[in-house]
Amino acid sequence: MNIMTEASVEQKLSSGTNEPSIKMKGEKVSVHYGEKRALFDVDLDVRENQVTALIGPSGCGKSTFLRCLNRMNDTIDIARVSGKITLDNEDVYDPKIDVVELRARVGMVFQKPNPFPKSIYENVAYGPRIHGLARSKAELDGIVESSLKKAGLFNEVKDRLLESGTGLSGGQQQRLCIARAIAVSPEVILMDEPCSALDPIATARVEELIDELRQNYTIVIVTHSMQQAARVSQRTAMFHLGYLVEEGATDKMFTNPDDKRTQDYITGRFG
Amino acid sequence: MGEHTVASFDEELEHIDRLIRDMDELAAAMVAASIRALLASDNAMAQRVVSDDAIMDARQRELDDSAITLIAKRQPMAQDLRAVVGAIRMAGDLERIGDLAKNIAKRVNAVGQSATPRNLSHGIDAMADLVLEQLRGVVEHYVSRNAGALKELRAADEKIDVKYTAVFRELLTYMMEDPRNITACTHLLFCAKNLERIGDHVTNIAENAYYVVTGQQLPADRPKLDETTMSASAT
Repeated sequence: MNIMTEASVEQKLSSGTNEPSIKMKGEKVSVHYGEKRALFDVDLDVRENQVTALIGPSGCGKSTFLRCLNRMNDTIDIARVSGKITLDNEDVYDPKIDVVELRARVGMVFQKPNPFPKSIYENVAYGPRIHGLARSKAELDGIVESSLKKAGLFNEVKDRLLESGTGLSGGQQQRLCIARAIAVSPEVILMDEPCSALDPIATARVEELIDELRQNYTIVIVTHSMQQAARVSQRTAMFHLGYLVEEGATDKMFTNPDDKRTQDYITGRFG
Repeated sequence: MGEHTVASFDEELEHIDRLIRDMDELAAAMVAASIRALLASDNAMAQRVVSDDAIMDARQRELDDSAITLIAKRQPMAQDLRAVVGAIRMAGDLERIGDLAKNIAKRVNAVGQSATPRNLSHGIDAMADLVLEQLRGVVEHYVSRNAGALKELRAADEKIDVKYTAVFRELLTYMMEDPRNITACTHLLFCAKNLERIGDHVTNIAENAYYVVTGQQLPADRPKLDETTMSASAT
């Protein structure tokens, strides 16, 4: 008779999954907007080639935290960030860091699709060009094509690359913005409610895309849709009133979270 | 646990809980009636148990419909999701308990014709008492969200298994004493086996209820007494 103890079964089940390494690390991250404190000592790790979802009610600090990761808060005059954020163990708030280069490594996709009022081609080519990633027109063409392919948009737009990006549908525009973010070969992609302005079909395509992109990129996504967080992410972090309430494996967070506030929020019992 | 922002969500969850309670009460009533009918050779009562099974099936279908609709409408998460999925599974076990009670009721006629060894009824009667106590307790503990009691209740199934082994041996003895007892004793043996199976379904319900309440699965094998190894020949 083959008797396995519970511990040995557990070990067997988990032995195949190695912990992915930490790509970005936040330590005691706090943000003030003027006098108002928006984030309180948040410690959060972002793991490589995983999708980390940030959830929580409006005003909980999840977007604020996201924007710290590529120093988007620098663009807000009254915002003050303290604590430490590292990318591959490098302090992103180090004065020696080139912010433009940082944002190439840590790209961003916003809530509302915001293509430049230029051609589809130019929207994607812009980044690689200013970062000097292509040495010839042919190389640039290659980057544009592969980025559009990775964003799952190429087949829909290949015959009209010179038409304006703003003429695309909302879902296509959002995938164009993702292609634009991918074009500069980022390591991390930040997404701030990327599907909130899209219909369910466009949303499904973006979610499918997120899952594919995970092979090559590390993704952090802010979303108001609990189902979306459950579907696309491997780790979920729950924010409330500027505090990180709970962080853990997505499967556990949505079936059996530890914290009562997480429980209340995801089951629709808040406030 | 607080209330949902959407009040009708709470009502729908309560409706599902109420159906589970109804099904449990019906299951307990069917088991009790089937055993009374068996011991008193009461064919009319047995017939009622058979017809009650249709009600049980209808309740289960209603619960399934409610649960599916709730999932589609509300996309429940965490303990709400566990409660809905758990209810579907518990309803499945309760429905099977109804079937097993019906099966006992159907045997009443066959057993009643022959000279039943009267003293045998004690064993089955006592076994039925244990089963009913478990069956009534399990949903009570579920409704009061008492995880500790559910865990204990699951372990208590052992007593039913031990009792079943005793009844099995006793029936064997009667059959060996007088071959004319074989028909009745075989039917009684099936009845005892059905009671033992009902106990197993109650165990399943307890496990599901424990998961709904705590989010944790109970360990796969519950602690067993040594005596049950002897019942291996009986099962």
